[in-house]
Amino acid sequence: MGKYILKRIGYILLSLYLIITATFVLMRLAPGSPFASERRIPPALEQQMNEAYGLNDPIHKQYIEYVVNAFTFDFGPSFKFVGQEVTDIIFRSFPYSLVLGLEAMFIALGIGVLLGVIAAIRHNKFSDYIAMVIAVLGISVPSFIMASILQYVFAIKLEMFSVARMESFADTILPAVALATTPLAFIARLMRSSMLDVLNSDYIKTAKSKGMSQRVVTYKHGLRNAMLPVISYMGPLIASILTGSFIIETIFGIPGLGSEFVTSITNRDYTVIMGTTVFFGILLLFSVLIVDLIYGLIDPRIKLTAKGGEK
Amino acid sequence: MAHPQLTSTDFEPLLTNKAELEKISGKSTSYWKDAWRRFRKNKLALAGIFVILLLGIMAFNGAKMSGHNFKDNDLMATNQTMSKDHWFGTDTLGRDIFARTWEGAKISLFIGLMAAFLDLIIGVIWGAVAGYFGGKVDEYLMRIADILYGLPYLLVVILLMVLMGQGIWTMIIAMVITGWINMARIVRGQVMQLRSEEYVLASRSLGASNSRLLFKHLIPNTLGPILVTLTLTVPNAIFTEAFLSFLGLGVPMPHASWGVMTSDAIGAFQYYPYQLFFPAFFICLTMLAFNVIGDGMRDALDPKGRK
Amino acid sequence: MKKILSVKNLSVSFDTYKAEVKAVRDVSFDLHEEETLAIVGESGSGKSVTAQSLMRLIPMPPGKFVGGSILFNGEDITQKSEKQMESIRGKEIGMIFQDPMTSLNPTMTIGKQIAEGLIKHHSMAKKEAYNRGVELLKLVGIPTPEKRINQYPHEFSGGMRQRAMIAIALACNPKILIADEPTTALDVTIQAQILDLMKELQKETGTAIILITHDLGVVANAAHRVAVMYGGKIVETGTVDEIFYNPRHPYTWGLLGSMPRLDNHDEELKAIPGSPPDLADPPKGCPFAARCPYAMKACGSHMPEYYELSSTQKTACWLLDERAPKVEPPEFANVGGSKVNG
Repeated sequence: MGKYILKRIGYILLSLYLIITATFVLMRLAPGSPFASERRIPPALEQQMNEAYGLNDPIHKQYIEYVVNAFTFDFGPSFKFVGQEVTDIIFRSFPYSLVLGLEAMFIALGIGVLLGVIAAIRHNKFSDYIAMVIAVLGISVPSFIMASILQYVFAIKLEMFSVARMESFADTILPAVALATTPLAFIARLMRSSMLDVLNSDYIKTAKSKGMSQRVVTYKHGLRNAMLPVISYMGPLIASILTGSFIIETIFGIPGLGSEFVTSITNRDYTVIMGTTVFFGILLLFSVLIVDLIYGLIDPRIKLTAKGGEK
Repeated sequence: MAHPQLTSTDFEPLLTNKAELEKISGKSTSYWKDAWRRFRKNKLALAGIFVILLLGIMAFNGAKMSGHNFKDNDLMATNQTMSKDHWFGTDTLGRDIFARTWEGAKISLFIGLMAAFLDLIIGVIWGAVAGYFGGKVDEYLMRIADILYGLPYLLVVILLMVLMGQGIWTMIIAMVITGWINMARIVRGQVMQLRSEEYVLASRSLGASNSRLLFKHLIPNTLGPILVTLTLTVPNAIFTEAFLSFLGLGVPMPHASWGVMTSDAIGAFQYYPYQLFFPAFFICLTMLAFNVIGDGMRDALDPKGRK
Repeated sequence: MKKILSVKNLSVSFDTYKAEVKAVRDVSFDLHEEETLAIVGESGSGKSVTAQSLMRLIPMPPGKFVGGSILFNGEDITQKSEKQMESIRGKEIGMIFQDPMTSLNPTMTIGKQIAEGLIKHHSMAKKEAYNRGVELLKLVGIPTPEKRINQYPHEFSGGMRQRAMIAIALACNPKILIADEPTTALDVTIQAQILDLMKELQKETGTAIILITHDLGVVANAAHRVAVMYGGKIVETGTVDEIFYNPRHPYTWGLLGSMPRLDNHDEELKAIPGSPPDLADPPKGCPFAARCPYAMKACGSHMPEYYELSSTQKTACWLLDERAPKVEPPEFANVGGSKVNG
């Protein structure tokens, strides 16, 4: 187990190194100097600023410095917002995204699993069809369209929520729902098909033949086994919520990491782009590791060993 | 113990044809015929195909019908609602939304289909080679795929777009660079499984070459899951286009994609909701259509999974 | 011996999108204490549906009881509520399934799976149920049961799992054990061990066993009485000796002829030509008529009645009518050397 975690962390560090290198290469190759758009800056001053940001050093020196700094989580100052450290921007904005992301995950998992289970139990009945219509629609409506619909209906027409503000918990509900829509639909479908598989399996018949009640059979024997595919979907779920936050935070005016990322792209704010990308990478890779560890705890057939532990 | 209703003639031998006995009752149909029969029964999936065909036709003829060009702006007629002249109204620059919608259909469908096609080519070759040769080849190929797979798809696409600049082809390339992995994994899994099956051994013992086996036996047999993945790749690509356009990284200016139209409309959608409605509606409709076709195909091609 | 189960004219159907499939048609048999009744037939003959009906394990819908009754302890199982069934399943009737690889819950320890029934039916405390579980595992021949009880199914071999399955089924001392092809998925050497174990346990506990199988070898080894099913009907029933030494139904002859035997090396196995009837549209007469080399006109139009050949043997075949031509059973089936002279 310990060995397995060490090995996985090794892989994570390797992946991070690749991400860091990739961001460096991409940003150095990218067209347009960060200061080019600011026409007021005279060439002499631009030269001076390039100097100050280390853009005139030989490329390999910049690279080594960048990698070292990245591993100590220091991405230097923002190109655009003078006087702000990238790290500060990340830590200032991340809490908003974290709250939103956790809320969305909670909604997606809770409602998705519920819909899937209902659909499976009431298979081929009315509630099954309703649940699956919701799921197909959820997959087909992109999050930013969902966000606009929610804003239009609940904030503008019904005035139940504020349009774009981030002050109280109520303000996070609409964006969290918009963010959760697609993964919720995926989870509902996944849960339904895996629950149907499980309910048709032999061991469910065994449990029934022991005289277990329908409730015990469905929930104690069925649900736990049917949850396994959903748990392995947690990695993609986190990735989906993370990338979904780029647009949702922008639409709802939430000062989170996603909207900072989008702003930095429009501004070609290299250091912020690199910093947030690396941060997203860390977040995602470690989430996937945690998900795998949880999976190992729930499914006794999976042995987390350094050799065969990877799926 | 005599049965009252029967007479002695009932006890004459019943002459049965021996050959008849060996006939299997119930017609046996081929896998593809059977799949097609099941697919045809799925009204929703048929409706999906109909919708896609209709969108395809409109993509090429829709703009002509309206009598407007998708890029002509008429500053005298901005933000008009639906009228006889402008069927879907006009946008903030006075461009005809009806014409733009079908231009958007052309671009969205092109991007979706092209991305799926390129995914298919790379993914099938990569996955088939890895699965077929196994061993070291498999390990290296799949290790590369694993590392790329670990990266969040949209993040990579965004970074690539930042690097390569806006454009339809750069967008397609950005999507394909990481998009093929899913296909490769599915094909590899199928090939690995099929490789050990008997008919492959049989043709191998008859001296069939590797490439012949790959193209004559394995790929046709992995076609089912490939088709399903392909159908589900298209809506994903359409979504990604819209997503990127929304971030301002989409197709460049004169073009009108649904994503660009959504992005343009969202700023003022409190006042002109119809401007958002049309592109948003067609994005959802197209994704819905491809999703139900994909579901229908999965149900038709995999009778075991049919619920 | 006392009769504990009596199935009368049981008919079970399944509604499919095409038609109503009549899987079990008018089946009657009795089960006595301490005996093993084998229900034999090929796949699709209705034997598994019959077995699962006894415990009401058929999903309904699409399955449904069309007629008949299953009397257990004088009460009709077909009429019981789902709640009442819960106190019969596991407690009064236990069941073993075909594939031990899939019939145990993969995410639950063996101990928990045994204890579950004991806690429910005998109101045992957890600890007590586990202790009983260890005893049961020892009883079914699993070494180091104290260690094994906390393991998961994937840590057991196929034969071990089937032993554990038997322990689960017998945990609450049921009066009847239904074994649905209990050895089909196992290696031949393990098959014999499992059958021996079942026989031994029957001696110890006195449980009546209904053994569902397509393998006449298993029947000869383990059963007292046999019911041969074909096309959803019982075509012949009798003691093991009667079925093996004096079979009277052409289908039974066919079954015996298709069984490999040690004393007859030079003869090839006789397959029964043709395939079983479509139960969505079952034949009006004898279900075997289409494949029967001795079929007569009556066979196609009328279902033969049961001819009682002894107090224990009953056969549904028109050949036994006095007006029918006298037919010699084929050599390969005529194990005991007796002649048909109905």
